[in-house]
Amino acid sequence: MIQTPDATSLHDKMNVVDLDVFYGNFQAIKKGNLAVPDHRVMALIGPSGCGKSTFIRALNRMHDLTPGARVEGTITLDGTDIYAPDIDPVTVRHRIGMVFQRPNPFPKSIFENVVYGPKIHGEKNAKRLLEIAEKSLRAAALWDEVKDRLNRSALDLSGGQQQRLCIARVLAVEPEVILMDEPASALDPIATSKIEDLIGELKKKYTVIIVTHSMQQAARISDFTTFFLLGELIEVGTTSDIFTRPKDKRTEDYITGRYG
Amino acid sequence: MVGVRANKAHRDERFALIVLVTCSGIFVVAIALILGFLAFSGTRLFFHDHVSPFEFLFSTNWDGLGGHFGAAPFIVGSLIATGFAILVGGPLGVAIGVFFSELAPKRVADAMKPAIEVLVGIPSVVYGWLGLTVLVPLIGSIFHTGGDGLLAAGIVLSIMILPTVISLSEDALRVVPDSMREGSAALGATRWETISRVLVPSAKSGLAVAVILGIARAIGETLAVQLVLGNAPVFVTSLLRPASALTSEIVMDMGDAPDGTAFQHALFSMAFLLLLIAMGLILLIRFALRKRT
Repeated sequence: MIQTPDATSLHDKMNVVDLDVFYGNFQAIKKGNLAVPDHRVMALIGPSGCGKSTFIRALNRMHDLTPGARVEGTITLDGTDIYAPDIDPVTVRHRIGMVFQRPNPFPKSIFENVVYGPKIHGEKNAKRLLEIAEKSLRAAALWDEVKDRLNRSALDLSGGQQQRLCIARVLAVEPEVILMDEPASALDPIATSKIEDLIGELKKKYTVIIVTHSMQQAARISDFTTFFLLGELIEVGTTSDIFTRPKDKRTEDYITGRYG
Repeated sequence: MVGVRANKAHRDERFALIVLVTCSGIFVVAIALILGFLAFSGTRLFFHDHVSPFEFLFSTNWDGLGGHFGAAPFIVGSLIATGFAILVGGPLGVAIGVFFSELAPKRVADAMKPAIEVLVGIPSVVYGWLGLTVLVPLIGSIFHTGGDGLLAAGIVLSIMILPTVISLSEDALRVVPDSMREGSAALGATRWETISRVLVPSAKSGLAVAVILGIARAIGETLAVQLVLGNAPVFVTSLLRPASALTSEIVMDMGDAPDGTAFQHALFSMAFLLLLIAMGLILLIRFALRKRT
């Protein structure tokens, strides 16, 4: 198992042990091992098709929704195996939120999008829901832009605003871990930098795991970086180590731009 | 060379445009002519024969040869049979559509889809015939009546519109992007919460179209209704007694109504009214949907 350097003093929020993910006969992740330190940002980098999205989707059991996908190995959250037979995937996803590549707000009002999670988890008090909405939208740095039009359709927002709304929607259910699958890949540079600033704020309260195709982005926002290649986790380290002193030749080749 | 090719492409495009505009133009004109003709013929009863629209709509006295044109029994019969079909077949069809799109194993759903589409195309006489030979005796033996009436018509229509509603509901749900399902699941929603709170609301205009086409099929259905309704031109007092509907009554009476008589004009009025009811129901649903968004 690859140990995360400099993380010995940190509590491991999640632990992945010998993870294999298959789509039918194709093995997309091969014996993946990773310790994710609490209250830090972990970036997953690597060329397209290397399995980083597949990996992150295993962390909140999204593969349960994909016909033909199979997950083997162990993934723990605070020491509890999230794939154990007595664990309800719905509870797992309540504790581990996810932001997707493309903003996917529901065709509802801005307010209804944010309170969707709290509502399904049983919050009915209108005043409380409004508080949650404000708090989450503020945390997602969107409140000032939408506070006067909470009842307007979320689909009227710009792409960057929609993505921050999706982040607010995740924050509203108060998860412990937030997974982000290239959350800025569909956004322009200004919207991207807003999302990046936000991620820096989020790690104070949450553990963040982010897939990114941009090495610059990983360098800017993450504390730790994992390099993926062809379904294997090649190297894990602090972000500065990975980018300045990679141990593996393949990591070095990638970060110096020899893999496209 | 390039100039010549561009010219040809340009000509082809103009030609295609002309063909398309002509076709849609012919269609629009044909529809307008039908509507115009129905509107003209359908109001002759009032303007030419001086029968009061009030009598036509609210009187229950129907005696075409005797000069009494109270169509209320048929209006109410049509509305009840259609309403029954929509209240039963609409929700049931949408529910089955949801089941096939979201819950059934993919292999089952893929096998059922063509089967349901075949059912859409079954001629209504088949449904009516089954209703007459199976359903009517069944209702008769349960309630100790003749068995024909609005209950039988309502059930036959419910079953008849089911394939249409199922097939279109399923399509409407399938076009909701997977990102909605994932987004909802990632927030800790169960499959049922995702269906009821995200997918159905997202698909609601498509689901409305499914129900509207169900209504259209039910309100206009003649043969299946006629076979099981008993065709008594009297006002509805029970779902278990013979009754009549606008469509079936037009068919029953058209052979007896000579050209140019008030009787024939009354039948045209009923046809026109059918059109107005169908349009009204459709507009109602569209309006109800728009208000909620």
